[in-house]
Amino acid sequence: MVKKNLALPTLELKTLPGPDTIRRVELKNGITILVRENFSSPSVVVSGYIMGGSLEEPAEKAGLSEFMVSALMRGTKTRSFQEIYESIESIGATLSIGSGKHSSAYFGKSLAEDLDLILQLLSDVLRNPAFPEDQFDRLMAEKLTSLAIRDQNTGARAHLAFNELAYDGHPYGQPGDGFPETIRELAVKDLRAIHQKLIGPQGMVIVVVGGVSVDVVLDLVESIFADWQNAEQAVINPLPSLSPLEGIQRHEIKLEGKSQSDVVLGVPGPSRYEPDYLAAVLGNNILGRFGMMGRIGDSVRVKSGLAYYAASSLAGGPGPGAWRVVAGVNPENVEKAIDLIITEIREFLENGVTEEEITDNQANFIGSLPRQLESNEGVAGAIVHIERYGLGLDYYRRYPGLVAEITRDQIHTIANKFLDTENLAIGIAGP
Amino acid sequence: MTEAENGIVKKTLANGLTIRLKEIRTTPLISSWIWYRVGSRNEKPGTTGISHWVEHMQFKGTPTYPGGMLDRAIARDGGVWNAMTWVDWTAYYETLPSDRLDLALKLEADRMVNSVFDPDDVESERTVIISERQGHENEPTNRLGEEIQAMSFRVHSYHHGVIGDMVDLETISRDDLYNHYREYYTPSNALLAIAGDFDTETVLEKIQDYFGEIASSPKPDFKSREEPQQKGERRVTLEGPGTTPFVEVVYHAPPGDHPDFMVLSVLDSVLSGASSVGLSGGGISNKTSRLYRRLVEGELAAAVSGSLAATIDPFVYSIRATVRGDGDPDKVQRILDEEIDRLLQTKVDSSEIAKAIKQARALFAYGSESTTNVALWLGFSEMFATYEWFETYLERVAEVNSEQVMEIARKYLQPSNRVLGIYRPTEGNSSG
Repeated sequence: MVKKNLALPTLELKTLPGPDTIRRVELKNGITILVRENFSSPSVVVSGYIMGGSLEEPAEKAGLSEFMVSALMRGTKTRSFQEIYESIESIGATLSIGSGKHSSAYFGKSLAEDLDLILQLLSDVLRNPAFPEDQFDRLMAEKLTSLAIRDQNTGARAHLAFNELAYDGHPYGQPGDGFPETIRELAVKDLRAIHQKLIGPQGMVIVVVGGVSVDVVLDLVESIFADWQNAEQAVINPLPSLSPLEGIQRHEIKLEGKSQSDVVLGVPGPSRYEPDYLAAVLGNNILGRFGMMGRIGDSVRVKSGLAYYAASSLAGGPGPGAWRVVAGVNPENVEKAIDLIITEIREFLENGVTEEEITDNQANFIGSLPRQLESNEGVAGAIVHIERYGLGLDYYRRYPGLVAEITRDQIHTIANKFLDTENLAIGIAGP
Repeated sequence: MTEAENGIVKKTLANGLTIRLKEIRTTPLISSWIWYRVGSRNEKPGTTGISHWVEHMQFKGTPTYPGGMLDRAIARDGGVWNAMTWVDWTAYYETLPSDRLDLALKLEADRMVNSVFDPDDVESERTVIISERQGHENEPTNRLGEEIQAMSFRVHSYHHGVIGDMVDLETISRDDLYNHYREYYTPSNALLAIAGDFDTETVLEKIQDYFGEIASSPKPDFKSREEPQQKGERRVTLEGPGTTPFVEVVYHAPPGDHPDFMVLSVLDSVLSGASSVGLSGGGISNKTSRLYRRLVEGELAAAVSGSLAATIDPFVYSIRATVRGDGDPDKVQRILDEEIDRLLQTKVDSSEIAKAIKQARALFAYGSESTTNVALWLGFSEMFATYEWFETYLERVAEVNSEQVMEIARKYLQPSNRVLGIYRPTEGNSSG
């Protein structure tokens, strides 16, 4: 039964994306298309993903799938690198593709009149990349420069250290952009091989939102993508299991010439498929987000003045994404900040949250929806999310009710299932 | 009925508060921005960074809304609020469900006059701001940028960064902060801009109710010190750990409301790629820009970008390159000089100008889509020009031609008008 709570905001549900305003079509080759019109906008957004990401690469080739995805737009069988970008940039459009652990996501935006071109280009770079040698070499040097910058970045180094500890022996411990030593060994043939394996229509999702009619979009997408087949597209491997964290695992990295230390502290968290995932998100909001970064921000920043930022996040996703706290603190205050953060987590686990906090955060979640769904990007992101996790086209209409149902007990149970102050990974990088 | 010009309602209250309103009835949201004409430009050595610090203190509470209560009130209504301090201005905004506009108006009217500046809060915020500065210092590009800015402005207060110098952050007192607040947070020094789903007449009444009683006070007596013309190139080298060199070149540039500004922004699109003139809306890739083709495709740099800010007084146009690990910063600078020379010697092809104009049109459309951005432009444009600047933006971009671009290149992109900075890494190591 939905808990009646008169203090929560009420929304005009019909204005939220739902089955009557999102058209969903499945093509025979495995592509799913979702379209929502928005004629108050002069632009259009194309967003979605292809299944398969860095989890499909062997450890000795860490960074391969991200490298391959970056190389897709560097030239196709019929378009050079400059021709690709000239066609996008000359109309003020954008198109980019990035690789994640489980999937490769793409995002394009243009004036509504230029949708055809964006879809044509997307299809060409996904299906016909040429991986030209000169572009490969150039991309290699750019990647190595990025890794050299990463090596000097306290935030990035603290995250890497955290991931290695929290996901010891698990592919989540590997950085998607790899290491200089693995990147240097890559060759064009590796890119071709992983492209053949990963990039195909099976499981691909294409979401289009903006000032173009549903019928025009469906005709365009079908005419461009329906004939795509990749018989060699691999079935995605299941995730290996994760060994539980034992004790406080801590890794501190010294970087010369820095003024501030970054701290990343946490555990592997719940996946998006966890039944009480939404309760974990609401709980996390109370712990380290609400207002000025929740309880943790209040303790570390507002009351103690120890950090410019100290906040918690829940990665979600298809696997055990991290539930972690990040803070940027003066090097002298690192231990003090860690103590305060652990104290807040302990309090959160032992005594839970108050009814007032729950109501505030429920109101925050429900009241934020119109703002989050105002732009084409926001709506496209929401539709990608519901398709990715099978939440149903009516998810955002049900969402206010789902949020209103969350109880203190649910938050307490799921928080204690994952968070544990005796078993934590802590990555620190600073001077 | 209140007269609206192109959908914009313009009013000034008796106490001097300027108002700009625009109804947008498509989404049940409102975005309310209050802009104060104060930023690092208004600061003196000894109290640099004070405008930004005052902005932080504005979140610490008033007797009516003690610290934390406002955060809760806004978040509870599903809203978002934040603030930003720049060289010329400080802005506070709330974007909320449209039936919650009263909250935004009430709290902004309250903290225009009633912020407490409790000494304990000042001390705890001192370390937060020092931490913010230390976070900036972690990035070599920020440290290089700070050196270049200081060298670009010997006289003008654009000399120092918005965050302020560490020595001042350690010594600014509670009274310094409070006096700065009282001097600049007055109706006549502020502009309130609201866009969204509301009825203009009703909102004007509310504004009168909340802000009308605030006493008027004279406009702050501030005059910026004009920067003398630079007579010769200036250079700065910064050393530090790492393996990645950076090259940054900045040229003294016209202020936002100068006719040359628009031509320079088209020149920037051609040279380093199109970017949004505003504060948001994002940009697009720059892989067909002249500098990308020479420096990145020329295998010397990993990335290159340009930036031009619309300011009250003449500021800078800057170009930055991330040099590849196997690249040479001096060579990057030579190629950059060749490309600048090309602009001085040869007219830009009309197709390049046409591309820059189409890019501007698209970025302008993206940047004006959300309620928050519409409200932002209502106020932001008035900080360095007038709203007409924004309304006529596309027309003026469309008028730019090759001759003007060459003329502007010759006027501003001379070596004698620039500061050249290079970050040279010293191969610092990490351990652990």
